[in-house]
Amino acid sequence: MGVVTPARPTAKARPARAATRVRHRDGWWAALFLAPQVIGLLAFLVFPLGFAVVLAFMKWDGLGEKSWVGFDNFAAQLSDPDFGTAVWNTVKLAFLTVPVGLALALLIALALNQVKGKTFYRVVYFLPVVTSSVAVAVMWQIILASGDYGVLNRTVYDWFGITLPNWLEDPGWVIVSIAVVTIWSSLGLNVVIFLAGLQTIPPALMEAARIDGAGPIRVFRSVTLPMISPTVFFSTVVAVISSFQAFDQIYVLVNPDHNDGARTIVYQIYDLGFQNFEFGMSSAAALILLVLTLLVTLVQFGVQKRFVHYDS
Amino acid sequence: MAVIPGPSGVPVSRRLGKIALHVALIAGGLAMLFPFVWMLLTSFKGAHQMINAPLDWLPNPWRAQNYPDAFGALPFAQAYWNSFYIAVLNVLLTLSTSAMAAYAFARIRFRGSGLLFGLFLATQMVPAQVTVVPLYLMLAELGWIDSHLALIVPGFVNPFAVFLLRQFIRAVPIELEEAARLDGANRWTIFWRVVLPNVRPGMGALGIIVFLASWNSFFFPLIFLNSPELATVPLLVSQFADQRGATDYGLTLAASAISVIPMMIAFLIGQRRILNSMAMSGLGGR
Repeated sequence: MGVVTPARPTAKARPARAATRVRHRDGWWAALFLAPQVIGLLAFLVFPLGFAVVLAFMKWDGLGEKSWVGFDNFAAQLSDPDFGTAVWNTVKLAFLTVPVGLALALLIALALNQVKGKTFYRVVYFLPVVTSSVAVAVMWQIILASGDYGVLNRTVYDWFGITLPNWLEDPGWVIVSIAVVTIWSSLGLNVVIFLAGLQTIPPALMEAARIDGAGPIRVFRSVTLPMISPTVFFSTVVAVISSFQAFDQIYVLVNPDHNDGARTIVYQIYDLGFQNFEFGMSSAAALILLVLTLLVTLVQFGVQKRFVHYDS
Repeated sequence: MAVIPGPSGVPVSRRLGKIALHVALIAGGLAMLFPFVWMLLTSFKGAHQMINAPLDWLPNPWRAQNYPDAFGALPFAQAYWNSFYIAVLNVLLTLSTSAMAAYAFARIRFRGSGLLFGLFLATQMVPAQVTVVPLYLMLAELGWIDSHLALIVPGFVNPFAVFLLRQFIRAVPIELEEAARLDGANRWTIFWRVVLPNVRPGMGALGIIVFLASWNSFFFPLIFLNSPELATVPLLVSQFADQRGATDYGLTLAASAISVIPMMIAFLIGQRRILNSMAMSGLGGR
């Protein structure tokens, strides 16, 4: 690699051999600077991941004998109705949370981009993002609970005489309730990101479209959306991954121990591992979640080529 | 198009449009704030007030006593200290090691740099729950279960922080670095004396983000800690909600409020930088 790339124009002046020597020493410097994070990553992420793969093929409660069971754990999970419920609920939660959450965030960002007072609104919409998920769940319990304690159902009943469903216990509504709380608590993050994306669009571009006679909807479809599509794509990937990992709100808001309507894959992993101490079984469920996450992300990266516009 | 100019020269229709936008944004803002307001109001109510019919919107009387009661019912002072010092150590360890790695990725050319950085980012896709069982077994082997070490030591691995700081470091003018190098400074001196002082605002914002994430984290404390005196604030609030939830919401909500308020203050102080960093992370650092 004797070619001097334009990335470091100042290196041009230096004789080639000195540059090579600097680069050679740079290898050691890079190792030194990277060591803590790389060692940590290997010890606390890569190694446990490998360990999880091994555990998934074992039967072990952490204390007694370990034994190899081949694909039994996977087979047991895939035929366990609890696991089926968990997969269905996880997918349902993602489908409810991601499109609605991102569409709402985009609408709010579009509105914010038109008005003064962005700072104030950004802060208000962002407050739930900095609030602990436990506090969020406690706050929403006294809104959504049935009976005397839930302000929503009580108010609707007092004012209109209508009895609303039991949001946190009715298996048909639990995931919807969790989705509402999740959208509320992550909305601000996506608003802030989308707003920043909108602000990178050169105003001249919009102006040109308008002069060409494009109405607001046409400008949105032909200029705004293509320009922020990389941001929307990035947020979609992140939102799907974090929806697959949702645990805290679910655990505190509705205890899935008593309510199968709220059992997600992550809860299944927790339940198997830390309540039943079936470490092998739990790891198998975890690997299925990992494969599902990777597949969905790969599909998204495949689909994006047709919808996402990158500046060349 | 017949456009009626308003008093300030702006067409009336556009001004009406702006007002409509503000109305919609304020309505949305109220929906965002309502759970907080309801939490605060409920936190001042007595137990009987929850079941009065018709519903009491305002506390009557205001029972400020809920706060000391909640604070005294479980070891909250201890939990505050636990959460605080764990978060501070998390911030220090994460920032120092991530800044080092970020510098290497931003400014040192070495073989496999791109690949390694890609791997760093890819690990973000691995859900924490996938590695939690092996991690638990490892930490148990080390004797770190039911110890704060289980939260402090693995917590410093943070590819997101490396990614964000790399963006900040790339924005530092390379000329500063070249000038220091001509003066004979080595990589470490350049990193310490030239680069770090120039990314201080970014480090500050990231510090607050890491502090918040540590303070609010629930999953790992739930699994790694057992002893009540080791509990962090969210863990204690969830236990409180479990035990008292249905019987005394006033106390539970007071407990929840005292867990939220310090974070609100920290956020309001650093809001501009925090929000800009979050926006930057979402744009892939453009």
